[in-house]
Amino acid sequence: MAAYILRRLLSGALTIWFIATATFFAMHAVPGDPLSNEKAVSPEIRANLERRYGLDQPLVRQYGIFLGNMLRGDFGISFTQENRRVNDIIREHFPVSATLGLVALIMAAVGGVIGGSITAYWRNRWPDHLLMLLVIAAISVPSFVIAALAQLGIVGLNRVVGLPLLPVGGWGTLSHLWVPAFVLGLGTMAYLLRLMRSSLLEIMESDYVVTARAKGLSPRQVFFRHQLRNAVLPVVTELGPTIAAITTGGFVVELVFAIPGLGRFFVQAVQQLDYTVIMGTTVFYGAFLVLVVVAVDILYGFIDPRIRLHKRAVS
Amino acid sequence: MARQVLLWILICLPAVVVAQPSAAVDAQRQRVVLALATEPPSLDAMVATDQISSFVLSHVMEGLLQYGPSGELTAGVAQRWELRPDGARFWLRRDARWSDGKPVTANDFVFAWRRAVNPETASQYAFILYPIANAEAISRGELPVAALGVEAVNDYELAVRFSAPCPYFLSLTAFMTYYPAREDVVQRWGRAYASDHDKMLYNGPYTLSRWVHSAHLTLSKNPRYWNRGAVALSEIDMPYITSDAGAQYNLFKDGRIAMAALDTGTLGDAVERGYEVQQFLTGSLFFLQFNFREGRLTANKALRKAIQAVMDPALLVYKVIGLPGVLPAYSLFPMTVRGGEGPLRDVHPEPRIRYDLRRARQWLAQAQRELGLERMPPLVLLAGDSPRAAQEAEYFQYLLSKALGLEVRIDAQTFKQRLEKMGRGDFDIVVGGWGPDFDDALTFADLFSSWNENNRGRYRSDEYDHWVRIAQQSFEPAQRLRAFAEIQRLVVEDVPILPTYESANIYVQHPRLQGMRRSIFGGDPNFRYARVQ
Repeated sequence: MAAYILRRLLSGALTIWFIATATFFAMHAVPGDPLSNEKAVSPEIRANLERRYGLDQPLVRQYGIFLGNMLRGDFGISFTQENRRVNDIIREHFPVSATLGLVALIMAAVGGVIGGSITAYWRNRWPDHLLMLLVIAAISVPSFVIAALAQLGIVGLNRVVGLPLLPVGGWGTLSHLWVPAFVLGLGTMAYLLRLMRSSLLEIMESDYVVTARAKGLSPRQVFFRHQLRNAVLPVVTELGPTIAAITTGGFVVELVFAIPGLGRFFVQAVQQLDYTVIMGTTVFYGAFLVLVVVAVDILYGFIDPRIRLHKRAVS
Repeated sequence: MARQVLLWILICLPAVVVAQPSAAVDAQRQRVVLALATEPPSLDAMVATDQISSFVLSHVMEGLLQYGPSGELTAGVAQRWELRPDGARFWLRRDARWSDGKPVTANDFVFAWRRAVNPETASQYAFILYPIANAEAISRGELPVAALGVEAVNDYELAVRFSAPCPYFLSLTAFMTYYPAREDVVQRWGRAYASDHDKMLYNGPYTLSRWVHSAHLTLSKNPRYWNRGAVALSEIDMPYITSDAGAQYNLFKDGRIAMAALDTGTLGDAVERGYEVQQFLTGSLFFLQFNFREGRLTANKALRKAIQAVMDPALLVYKVIGLPGVLPAYSLFPMTVRGGEGPLRDVHPEPRIRYDLRRARQWLAQAQRELGLERMPPLVLLAGDSPRAAQEAEYFQYLLSKALGLEVRIDAQTFKQRLEKMGRGDFDIVVGGWGPDFDDALTFADLFSSWNENNRGRYRSDEYDHWVRIAQQSFEPAQRLRAFAEIQRLVVEDVPILPTYESANIYVQHPRLQGMRRSIFGGDPNFRYARVQ
């Protein structure tokens, strides 16, 4: 097992190096640079700027400096957020995205499992049809539309109630969290709901469920003990990769709800060609993704005896 | 697991009802709440370049001069001053204080200005100090910073030497790059200077009392500000940072913020709800810029004249842009540029070219003759990638094809790629714009001088350069006005650019917020003289 973990970690490190290198050269190949602005500057000011940010060095040397700094965990200073270190930007804003993402994920998982159970239980009856319609809407309507609609909904709700029940935007208290997290998790929830539904339908037909019923268990006991437990497994499997996607993909939600998450920096840095922030966030997210995948792989070994036995047999 | 999560959510639900976001305005505490479009990219006044930073800095800092309640230049840290062709002298007030209680002295200006032109600081706005003797040479690294033509005669007297006469220098001293800075504080924080609210000092009407990056800024009245009696608002709170106009408008509708910008999407709703919609000319000019580089079709004057003769800015503004307040542009100088008492164009009205299809076709035929072309090859129009930019570009494309049979290829590029192509001269026509830096017509007039980097079409005219030099250096108001008039005429005659529109902002504002001033210079909006009724 230790050798397996070590091998997975090593390949993870290699992946991160590859992501960093590819991003570095792709980013520099894009025409334009972080120092250009609508108002042009004279050549001597331009030269001063290039010197300050080390862009006067040859590209290979810049790459060498970047790699050295990356190994020390230092991504330098942002071009657009002058005087701010990229490490500080990640440290301050990733927890915001992560909190939002985690709550979104919990909502998505809970909603997906409950919704999936309802649709499967009342298959082809009105709760099923209604929920599946909502699922299709949640998957096909882009998140910026849903976010804007949700915000309008809050404004309307507050007006009807006559007091600020839910905040329209901002960050800081728990109440700021619910609606953005729900909007962020909606797509995932819809996906998990469908997954849960099909998995549950499959299990409902299986022999051991028939056996359980034949033994005389109540429908409730059959559902909770035999069907739900087994049907939820594929949903749990999906959660791993989704964690990374949902904690990093909140750009639109963060923008609409004025939430200071890292997703905004990630997207804006690319628009502004903010080299250091692009590298910092990409490597950070890349490493995060790789770590989650490795962790899930390792966890599988513990959860599913078949995988563990298989790995042992191989190694 | 799921049961526990549900329980946890139920426990937390009451928080929804308990959290009461504060109201947009509070008369008792004289407090307003606003939203910011972005985090201020830099509050280091000597390197800041953008509007958001300028807005924050203009409330927490003060230069030698500042802008008064109706936008006029008035005394700031300097109590009185003297402007001569060879230099200027400022006498500082003794009661101007930094937020730590120490007096603001002439040395703080000397230090800040030297730092701004220091090549190591690499300020993009270093050029705005170039009227000061030796500034340009220092920026090139040819002279030490100590050679800068500014000197503290004593703690409260500042002497400035010019490299050439600078009749508009007073308006420069209100610009953020000219704000003072305390050497000990800048040295202490080094590169982290002004990256947090406790890593800088303030000498303006407010201090930055809270700065949670990208989330929350709070400005509190500065109890040490010399003119604190004139400051009514005790707090300007900005707990929302989003560039999404729809989100800002929703915050306004919900009563969370005291003002919000409108766009075509939200304007209708605002009118329907009976909000009082306000408008304000930003002072920015938009235009089509032609490429004069060798081998470009647009280097041909007859072709530019042909395009000029069919361009009708009014049509663009009223039929395509369709936002109230935006004005069709006919001159290099927007209506907001002053010349003497009123607008410059009241003194010297611009020559206007009327829409004339027959004349345009004659010009086009002449262009084809001169270029020796049977048929005009397609022209490349470089533009931005926003929906609005696309709309405008398509209008120009349609216009030139319909009226003159010219084929226009739209090259829509993202921000940085567009800048790169503009710099390289990879276009025939490019959509450009300019926002003024200081309150003098020169901020527009020198744009197309042969030495200006913003002259991206490389237009070159000795006559234009000649008048720019006069406008830069003459201390005779009448002679300067004449120079501006000549420059305005040359822009119409030579067509280095075709002005299209003067931009405007439309916005809604809380009715109890009074005295807030939209300003073209020195930070916008301006809350120095605002109060809540």
